[in-house]
Amino acid sequence: MPQFDLSDTPLRELNQALHSVPEGSNDTHFEVINPRGSHSVAVGIDQPLTVEIKGNVGYYCAGMNAEATVTVHGSAGPGVAENMMSGTVIIEGDASQYAGATGRGGLLVIKGNAASRCGISMKGIDIVVHGSIGHMSAFMAQSGHLVVLGDAGEALGDSLYEAKLFVRGEVKSLGADCIEKPMKPEHLEKLAELLERAGVTDVKPEEFRRYGSARKLYNFNIDNADAY
Amino acid sequence: MCGIVGLFLKDKSMEPLLGSLLSDMLVTMTDRGPDSAGIAIYGSGTPGQAKITLQSATPETDFAALGAALSDTLGTLVSLTIKDTHAVVSLPRDQLNPARSLLSNHHPSIRVTSTGDSIEIYKETGLPKDVLQRFDIRKMTGTHGIGHTRMATESAVTTLGAHPFSTGSDQCLVHNGSLSNHNNLRRELKRIGMQFETENDSEVAAAYLTAEMKRGKDLGEALDSAIQDLDGFFTFVVGTRSGFGVLRDPIACKPAVMAETDRYVAFGSEYRALVGLPDIENARVWEPEPATVYFWDHEKAA
Repeated sequence: MPQFDLSDTPLRELNQALHSVPEGSNDTHFEVINPRGSHSVAVGIDQPLTVEIKGNVGYYCAGMNAEATVTVHGSAGPGVAENMMSGTVIIEGDASQYAGATGRGGLLVIKGNAASRCGISMKGIDIVVHGSIGHMSAFMAQSGHLVVLGDAGEALGDSLYEAKLFVRGEVKSLGADCIEKPMKPEHLEKLAELLERAGVTDVKPEEFRRYGSARKLYNFNIDNADAY
Repeated sequence: MCGIVGLFLKDKSMEPLLGSLLSDMLVTMTDRGPDSAGIAIYGSGTPGQAKITLQSATPETDFAALGAALSDTLGTLVSLTIKDTHAVVSLPRDQLNPARSLLSNHHPSIRVTSTGDSIEIYKETGLPKDVLQRFDIRKMTGTHGIGHTRMATESAVTTLGAHPFSTGSDQCLVHNGSLSNHNNLRRELKRIGMQFETENDSEVAAAYLTAEMKRGKDLGEALDSAIQDLDGFFTFVVGTRSGFGVLRDPIACKPAVMAETDRYVAFGSEYRALVGLPDIENARVWEPEPATVYFWDHEKAA
């Protein structure tokens, strides 16, 4: 298993190695040590690699990920898994602002808490946060699922489109056009699947409430001006 | 962008390390702002004595005989320590105001970067590693300090436009962000007698806090009022003689990470700035909440 020590190896060398694994190679398991908050660790992978990062990372870790499974054994800075296309990103600790922003697919699991703007403008990604999330999460989220086992901060789902939000704890406030919606059997089923994939075993889908778009802001209507 | 660091020591045995720890933190943040850098250090004061930190673009002529001239005019012993473009004047506390008038009346090319019992502020244009080296910051000791590396947005790249800003005795502020109501606020603060040396929005924030504290608020209460009265994006780290505070605006766009152990409280714009601190692996690390005041004080803790 190739190991990269970021205390003496340039980041570019690591990312270059992750981008140039030949198709069909058996050497697909990478370990990264001493990231010490470095930015852009393991970005732009587009193969089914496994990357284990031992420590805390800075901005944009695992950005644009496709197919790979990236695990951060520590906490992640702003923009983790931004614009992920597919694959899985797991953060064992906390994540900073805009985790999973604009993600189009794949699964992002945050085992600690996520800060503000988690899942902002998400477009198909599934995000499961074991802890709580900060303010303005899922702002303008378009599709995909955001599952929160803890609490959500202010203005959850502001100007939301079709993403589905599931929160088990308290929601401080809902943003413009975000409302609570009934939990139907298909939602419970999807939630059970997401929880299982995210390694959550002791929590039932029935403990969550669902939030979604009231669909009043899709087209401009003067009667809704107060809601913007 | 701008990069901010701060370190507040709870463990006295770490005080000799303050300058070198803060320097490492600030150098790590260099790529957040290459325009200018500055650092405020709260060292040990001498009872009854005050300090004035001065800056001059022409130190070789301005500082040459300044100490002796100040001693003669004030009729008391004034010591002057020159460090590159800065000099620290140490004098009896009751001579602070006469000395300031003397400087502004007779030495207009000399700027005052800070006054107080323990604070010293060093700032210049250029990269943190160069600025820190010019003033030998690594060797400095103290109880707490803050630093800033600037990407200029709201005003010119000059020494005066560098952070930290000090608008009151032993008070200083560093800022990442941009304020949108600073012009109006500056006018209101001028009306109540606050003086400004720059067009910088961050100086307005510093002066605002000084004015609030002059009204009798402590730093924590002044920061609470700032949430209501300051409009725009900000992460502030502020220092007082014995205190250290952090505040982010309600949107909290600008990054901030904090770490606390039994021995220190540390602030960084990014986690990278904190990785060299002792025992950081076991620190409580968190992201400060928006519109929430964080405040530590040596005197309150004692």
